[in-house]
Amino acid sequence: MEKSLSWREFIITRLIQASGYSAILFVALIFFFLLREGLPTLSEVDASSLLNFRWYPIESYFGILPLITGSLVVTLGAALIAVPFGIGTAVYISEIAPRWMREILKPLVELLGGLPSVVLGFLGILVLSPFLRVFLDLPTGLTAFTGSLLLGGIAVPTVVSVAEDALDSVPRAYREGAWALGATKWQTIWRVTLPAAKSGVLTAVMLGVGRAIGETMTVMMVTGNAPVLATSLGSLFSPVRTMTATIAAEMGEVANGSTHYHVLFFIGMVLFIISLVVNVIASSVVFRAKKRAERILS
Amino acid sequence: MMTKFLSRNRHTVQRLGFSVITLVAVFTVLPIIGTVIYILVKGGSAISWEFLSGFPHDGMRAGGILPAIIGTLYLTLGTAVFSVPLGIAAAIYLSEYARDNQVTRLIRLAIINLAGIPSVVYGLFGLGLFVLFLQFGTSILAASLTLSIMTLPVIISTSEEALRAVPQSFRTVSISLGATRWQTISRIILKEALPGILTGVILGLERAAGETAPILFTGAAFFLPRLPHSAFDATMALPYHLFVISTQVPEMPIQIQYGTALVLLVFVLTMNVIATVIRSRARARRQW
Repeated sequence: MEKSLSWREFIITRLIQASGYSAILFVALIFFFLLREGLPTLSEVDASSLLNFRWYPIESYFGILPLITGSLVVTLGAALIAVPFGIGTAVYISEIAPRWMREILKPLVELLGGLPSVVLGFLGILVLSPFLRVFLDLPTGLTAFTGSLLLGGIAVPTVVSVAEDALDSVPRAYREGAWALGATKWQTIWRVTLPAAKSGVLTAVMLGVGRAIGETMTVMMVTGNAPVLATSLGSLFSPVRTMTATIAAEMGEVANGSTHYHVLFFIGMVLFIISLVVNVIASSVVFRAKKRAERILS
Repeated sequence: MMTKFLSRNRHTVQRLGFSVITLVAVFTVLPIIGTVIYILVKGGSAISWEFLSGFPHDGMRAGGILPAIIGTLYLTLGTAVFSVPLGIAAAIYLSEYARDNQVTRLIRLAIINLAGIPSVVYGLFGLGLFVLFLQFGTSILAASLTLSIMTLPVIISTSEEALRAVPQSFRTVSISLGATRWQTISRIILKEALPGILTGVILGLERAAGETAPILFTGAAFFLPRLPHSAFDATMALPYHLFVISTQVPEMPIQIQYGTALVLLVFVLTMNVIATVIRSRARARRQW
């Protein structure tokens, strides 16, 4: 474009371009290293025992099904909490709250997003799980349900911010049209604004769920870490172990290059692919979010 | 009949609906405030000069948490060294140089994916690349590099939005006065976008400071009776230390646990508040 670029300008431009491309490089590198360390699993453990329901690495039982169902149960529970509370809060902030309330709520929800997951896990152990044990009369308070409650809280900020962006980007004329036709504000929210923001709200739910599947420290601390196959909804109230928690808990103790080590990377690979699929689908949903700059700068 | 009821009593329905939604919002926010206050109250009594400036002893059941505090400072600074320049440069590329083509779309997709990768997977990646392949060992360097890649998407996307919010006329005028593209960016655009970029950087680093999973196998030490000597040393860190003393050490005094949680929370919240203040002050002062 610019023919008279000085060499300094040329170098800076190239450096900036390289930085821009680096994101692609990093995703590729992450995938490459997961494959490199994870794929040997397939030659060391045959598929039938990998897709088994017994995870007991000390005796070379590497069935990852209980870990997958563990993740599923906890995530499902988290979604049941994060979706109504997240969308409800987004609707409140974007449609109902007076301006001053909005100015308080947004930073607060952001604050929740910034709370270290290890602090939530810590409170989960000391406060939430003893309470749930007594309240629900369970043998232990460290259950999938405890994890779901906390994970729900962790996913809420994601759901709120994306859903709120989506509601915000519905043109004001839609609402004004509905009011002009005599609809109440409530009817407008339910029948006009929310349906118009549908795809964005769906994206919010997906990203929230993605956030919940990937969460590690909180679930490791409060779900009891029992690799038991979850077969029914009743498993929600017993200890489970998730994929993320298994990696975090066991990677420190395995020998590099052992089968156990490879299987843990294999599980990481599965997690990576899940998050890839969730994010590709979520971002391909035709939804032009109003630039978040507005939230940050104006 | 239901619709008739609804339309006749639609104002009652609205009042009911608004109450429910308001209640939902309240129940979302209350636990956040509750959590923060609870930790402040419970941990407050553990805070003393010895606790903040002393080394842990008696199997971490007594003494202070200085190595963990210093370690988290090191990791946060180390993360900043790599992720801030790279993230801002990438944001400049996306906002000022990139054209709307396939490659740019691929970059954006990559950034979205980086943001979604589970933190423990970053830990695996850091172990595979930095600790083992590049042979940095479990070290501050390996952990910082791992955390920086995790932090990049936050810094890139907030910085890009800050850059894009600078009106096009600023660029046009600068270029028409004879400035080159890079002069325009470095002297005009970056200056105007600085508060927004700073907000993004702090929010990104806040996340890095509070993370445990990515440093588990890349640089966190269970117990280190001294401060790290170099970037190739492993280090204690506040989040990992809290995890260790709340799950791995039997008969751990509850006071120290709450105190550690409090210090970590204050560390992270301070960054959060600074970011919020910079944002709102810039908003108030903005002239365009």
